[in-house]
Amino acid sequence: MTAVRNVYIGQEIERTEDFRFLTGRGTFVDDYEPTGLLHAAILRSSVAHGRIRKIDASAAIKMAGVHAVITAADIGEKIPTIPIRLAPIKGLERYLQPVIATEKVRYVGEPIAVVLAETRAIAEDATAEIELEIETLAPVPDWRVAETDSTLLVEQNGTNVATRYAVGSGDADAAFAIADYTRREFFHAHRHTAVPMETRGLVAEWDAANERLVVTGATKVTFFNRRALAAMMQMPESAIDFIEIDVGGGFGVRGEFYPEDFLIPFAARMTRRPVKWIEDRTEHLQAANHSREIDCELEIACRHDGTILALRGRIHGDMGAYTRTNSGVVPAKAAQFLHGPYRIPAVKFDVAAYMTSKTPIGTYRAPGRFEANFFRERLIDMAARDLNIDPVEFRRKNLIATNEMPYSIGKLVPYENESAYDSGDYHVALEKCLAAFGWQEKKNLQGRNIDGRYHGLAVTCFVESGGAGPRENVRMLLERDGRVTVAIGSSVLGQGLETVFAQIAADALELPFEAFRVLHGSTTLLDEGFGTYHSRAVVMGGSAILDGAKNLLSAIRAAASLQFNCRADEVSIDGGKAKGPDGRTLTFAALAAAAGPISANGTFANAQRTFSYGAHAAHVAVDARTGHVAVLDYVAVEDVGRAINPALVHGQTLGAVVQGLGGVFLDHLIYDANAQLLNASLADYLLPTATDFPHIRGVTLELHRSPSNPLGAKGAGEGGMVAVAATAANAVAAALSSFGVQPNDLPLSPPRIWQLLRDAASGRQRAP
Amino acid sequence: MKAPRFEYVRPTRLEDAIGFLARHGGDAKAIAGGQSLVPMMAFRLAAPRLLVDIGRIPGLNGIAVDDDGIRLGALVRWRDIERSAELQRAHPLLVEAVRHVAHYQIRNRGTVGGSLAHADPAAEMPGIAVTCDAQIVVVGPRGRRIIAAAEFFAAALSTTLAADELIIEVQLPPWRDNRRWAFEEFARRRGDFALAGVALFYDGGADGTATNIHIGAIGVGDTPVRLTAAESAVEAKRITASIIRDAGAAAAASVKPADDIHAPGEYRRALLGVLTERALARAAGLALREDA
Repeated sequence: MTAVRNVYIGQEIERTEDFRFLTGRGTFVDDYEPTGLLHAAILRSSVAHGRIRKIDASAAIKMAGVHAVITAADIGEKIPTIPIRLAPIKGLERYLQPVIATEKVRYVGEPIAVVLAETRAIAEDATAEIELEIETLAPVPDWRVAETDSTLLVEQNGTNVATRYAVGSGDADAAFAIADYTRREFFHAHRHTAVPMETRGLVAEWDAANERLVVTGATKVTFFNRRALAAMMQMPESAIDFIEIDVGGGFGVRGEFYPEDFLIPFAARMTRRPVKWIEDRTEHLQAANHSREIDCELEIACRHDGTILALRGRIHGDMGAYTRTNSGVVPAKAAQFLHGPYRIPAVKFDVAAYMTSKTPIGTYRAPGRFEANFFRERLIDMAARDLNIDPVEFRRKNLIATNEMPYSIGKLVPYENESAYDSGDYHVALEKCLAAFGWQEKKNLQGRNIDGRYHGLAVTCFVESGGAGPRENVRMLLERDGRVTVAIGSSVLGQGLETVFAQIAADALELPFEAFRVLHGSTTLLDEGFGTYHSRAVVMGGSAILDGAKNLLSAIRAAASLQFNCRADEVSIDGGKAKGPDGRTLTFAALAAAAGPISANGTFANAQRTFSYGAHAAHVAVDARTGHVAVLDYVAVEDVGRAINPALVHGQTLGAVVQGLGGVFLDHLIYDANAQLLNASLADYLLPTATDFPHIRGVTLELHRSPSNPLGAKGAGEGGMVAVAATAANAVAAALSSFGVQPNDLPLSPPRIWQLLRDAASGRQRAP
Repeated sequence: MKAPRFEYVRPTRLEDAIGFLARHGGDAKAIAGGQSLVPMMAFRLAAPRLLVDIGRIPGLNGIAVDDDGIRLGALVRWRDIERSAELQRAHPLLVEAVRHVAHYQIRNRGTVGGSLAHADPAAEMPGIAVTCDAQIVVVGPRGRRIIAAAEFFAAALSTTLAADELIIEVQLPPWRDNRRWAFEEFARRRGDFALAGVALFYDGGADGTATNIHIGAIGVGDTPVRLTAAESAVEAKRITASIIRDAGAAAAASVKPADDIHAPGEYRRALLGVLTERALARAAGLALREDA
């Protein structure tokens, strides 16, 4: 293979998608309107925990325009459950979610019935006419109640504690026994979740003659979801096509297999009509995965000089009512990432996951990391202050050095092997962050009251994993016109992967960027694909493209050798032309016109994760009388190994920081003591808007490529998110240090900060 | 999130609109900008059988300023107020308050009459109406009547307007040249309903004393309220730092906001004190020394 000349990789190329999106040519699932369509509305439980005594849809089904009502009784003897895709932690499998409620409901928003009607409005009208009797049972509003097992969500399991396990390395207890200094704190990360611009949605079409099903609107992990659906519907996988069209954001939440991903295809097969379901915003907030709700008790042991000796703690994960496809990731990664980018000889973490009568938990951008970094970095700032060590110096002292790479953190996740950070210079990343932020210049503002606003600064360090295996696949096709179609198993949820993949392919084949067309996600393109999550698309998909390009060039040489009547290894390739030993040349277009389209497959398999890393810094001003926090400056620095398109990486960083700041100050899924969700609308669920956090800067580093993939890329989608709670909360603590305020519970809403200040003024201590 | 089925009429004469409302009683609802009613219908919190669109009734969108005061037609939109140079002179407090209403898309549609009739306890226009002793002119089958703003707001989202009556105009007393004023509100995000807000004005004497002080608050009760205790702390006095503190304390002590998902009542109460202080300081041109 010819050396890749990198004409396109590393360039800030405008997104090819932009023309389509900016001119209204994008096609999202609700734009797809096949004839004969029925619209679905779902009757959801308004009760957190109860026993269904009666469902009578006879009045609803008689309404004009209503076609059918589906309840558990229509689905069959055995109601399918949704399988675990990631994080198969022993115990979680006992709480899988049935695709529709049968005897019990276990959270507000659980599907009970599906109405199919000529319009969505009629379908919604009809849901109100379904007669429903639910005997209310005691709710299980949080993990502390769950742990008592006084009310069981799934009686036959005998407990609400889904799993408990311990992980660690070294002898943490021994280190604590001899440490000069220890401190233990309690932290709370609150329940909130991703709110993509486009909600979930599906159109399912049943072809009765051929017994085939087409599901449009699929994304993220289409091949896994097709496999799951095929098993549930007792159909061969090959009889189901999952089609990915434009998607308006995912952030971990969109594209996992949810009850609707069975119910809508089932409805299409049952009614023999195409069925559309578009999730509305209230449904999204009630029914799509929630995330982040973790309590952590964390303890640090240090020498007097600030050397960290050990970290130990407990993670309590509120899992909601069911285990969904990736629920276990959240507490498991919250434990794993407590270790962070520091040299810590001994760690010991106990993890417990509890079932509660709330919406099930799943992954949201930087799952577990957002929480873990918040817990650890808060504690580090407190320890540094106790030991009278500058918090930056404290971090410098403990950051892992380049010559310690790869650095093993041991086996901190029960379903994974031992992990090792792959490469990097954590110190340089911290220094670059301090320099970009202007730490020296701003330092004198620390804790100062200027016109009633208390200024605070913080810097934190993080490490972040990406690039999950096992494989990704691509098929590359040289068309008769000389252009190349790249069909890949990665999914596109709006990140600009069509552009990025074309950049990689263009360099690998030495063809102009414009020669490429990228098709993605749909199960019709390939036999097998693994999708987009865990910041894996560029690492895995991009590397697969390199392999596909190599194979395509071989195929081109083989085809050209027939034209030139020579051996394949005598064909040289240069700038889109094949050249024979006699000096004759053929453009790829001419070759494909003569020989027919030429195709090749590519694959990249890898069990190693990439570990990006970096530092975040924040400058805040706190209005101590209202509790309002203004973010005056925010700098996020991340080494992504190799930025294929720096403009898009930068966009990922800025977007992630805003999303993270929303998670710190605004986003909050509020439940009452009866496990009723109180704010399932965007009037009350507060997302950051364009004007809330205008001062954000992102710095992308390319210091250390990942050794585990040929591109050298590391995951780049989540590093802007992972350390935001850590950094923002530490900055608030620094601002209010003269009051001794410790913001250890998220979110940092104005009333919460005001309350902390009031408690501090009255000398009250917060109970753990 | 689709509205339930409803009928829609768009009369062009006021008496026809009132006729529709009178014939359909509580099943009919007047709609103008639709910025509150339409979302409530989408959430199925409101389900009127008939919407009476009053947007084409002539004569309801005027802004008039004369010696008797300011008259705003019910269909005057927020953007009309924001962009009115005449109102900027004639009632700067109104203009400043309206700038805090939601987002510009909503200000392009929302109307004065709609906001008064909707009666959200945290909305700016009802707060201005109560603070400024506005008169609300309504018409119904029994004729025309004028309701003082203080008598208009009955409870959260509830007024003394009958189901068959329409607001046609709101009248604000004339503004004086020596008037000092301020509007302060605190919301979680720009454009959200305020957790608390304060509107105030007074007439500044040559010797620096404040007379005719009016202080009103939003977001701290079921309806907008006048803060009479805070007014007493200021009336006929020279405004100083200590008067400002007293007024803030009096404001906070005079309300009992309920807890809700956005804030505990105690927070709103304390916030009202802070906003009162800040508004008074701003009106008086004083710098506040603010520690926690």
